Amino acid sequence: MDNTPYVSVEKTAATSLWKNRQPSLLGQLDMELTERCNNNCQHCYINLPEDDLRAKAKELSLSRIKQILQEAVSLGCLRVRFTGGEPFLRPDFPEIYLAARRMGLRVLIFTNATLVTPELAQLFSRVPPLEKIEVTVYGMCRDSYEQVTRNPGSFSAAQNGIDLLLRHKISFMVKGALLPPNKPEMEEFKVWAKNLVGMEDNPPYAMFLDLSCRRDEKRNRLIRALRIDPKEGLDFLTSNKSAYIKSMKQFCAKFMAASGENIFCCGSGMGGASVDAYGVLQPCLLLRHPDVVYDLEKGSLRDAMENFFPAMRRGKSDNAEYLARCARCFLKGLCEQCPAKSWMEHGTLDTPVEYHCNIAHLQARFMGLIGENELAWEVVDGKSRVEKFVNQAEQPAPA
Amino acid sequence: MGSVFSIEKVYRRSEDVVARDIQGEFILIPITSGIAEAQDEIFSLNETGRLIWERIDGKKSLKQISDGLKQDYSENSQDIEADVCGLTEELLKRKMVEEITNN
Repeated sequence: MDNTPYVSVEKTAATSLWKNRQPSLLGQLDMELTERCNNNCQHCYINLPEDDLRAKAKELSLSRIKQILQEAVSLGCLRVRFTGGEPFLRPDFPEIYLAARRMGLRVLIFTNATLVTPELAQLFSRVPPLEKIEVTVYGMCRDSYEQVTRNPGSFSAAQNGIDLLLRHKISFMVKGALLPPNKPEMEEFKVWAKNLVGMEDNPPYAMFLDLSCRRDEKRNRLIRALRIDPKEGLDFLTSNKSAYIKSMKQFCAKFMAASGENIFCCGSGMGGASVDAYGVLQPCLLLRHPDVVYDLEKGSLRDAMENFFPAMRRGKSDNAEYLARCARCFLKGLCEQCPAKSWMEHGTLDTPVEYHCNIAHLQARFMGLIGENELAWEVVDGKSRVEKFVNQAEQPAPA
Repeated sequence: MGSVFSIEKVYRRSEDVVARDIQGEFILIPITSGIAEAQDEIFSLNETGRLIWERIDGKKSLKQISDGLKQDYSENSQDIEADVCGLTEELLKRKMVEEITNN
């Protein structure tokens, strides 16, 4: 319907509601409903076993979740993301979901879809989440899928779940994770995603795996072994060279610049935050360093967003290595280095992560931003190199 | 066939819509399907719309609402009635308000 004098209709992405983000305003809240999952994916940064009763006993109750959501709403929150682990593992998920929707929240759900039931699909049909459900798909056949999930039967369960979403016309998208068992299937995955749910863009997929967010060393040994080699990762990223260059020009123009001694250059704790399964508030989904998390049992969302996180964001690094490298590096923004990555890799907020540094340097060399032997943090004219790259004409396709 | 719209009728806000005030912007969020045409839509009411929305309470007719507004705001009575009817008709089309029918 067209806009009329009384009611205007905007797309969520275009709304001006969040343009002047103030510390007290919370646009989106992430909630991990559980760290437990019915799958046991090799690469997962968080999953605990489904039958971990100690973890289950500590999870937030329905009433506490509702209280947190209510407070988020009072701070202007428009959207909540339910994730995990696997959020549908919670038998009270329908109650949590309905409570959020009745508070006027739009709900984004991250799921493996293996636990979608006809009842859940009917609920989503009757009360739509208003955001596309995001389903992670781990392989295109049982072999590859279940090599990743290490859960027999999970492939057909996921197929059933996706089928239910389709039959009930629930809006969803699919995404993947690039891992040795499913690497050969990436093209097939893209075509399938396009045909299945009409995804216009290629499905996103995690490639440069994060380590365990709880710094589980046994898990980290496995994840490190699965991590794609940076050069191979670059080959994947640049498989369509012109599309890559085009998207990187847009990206670099907006996001790349040295950050100086500031530890936080991202949106962490500003306009958004993440509640873990036990009521601890984090500035983002991945960052769990004890110095920057906030116990909601002892305080409030408002205090965290108005005072605690703004104070955190003023933090400056005094790590000599960080100051010599990351603080001066014009690839900041392109490089995935951030306090969360530093936490997962090193247990600190500001230690350079070599894996991401290598990846960023490879990309920069591919784009011609640095020479073969240059280290980006030693470059003094980074800004003008980015401008030159952004403004260079597209190369004609080879004859 | 739909019921005929009338300023004499009583309407109420649908329970399938939640109103939120976010930093002074008044928005309506659908809960059930069939209200928004697309999932990524946000509906916001301007000041006039909000004023009227808050008075649609399932008890007063649109005429009574208009009369109340005329008293409170001393505006041109024709304009007020036009606004009350205009907004309500639009909200009806979007299923954000419902007619109260006497059985």
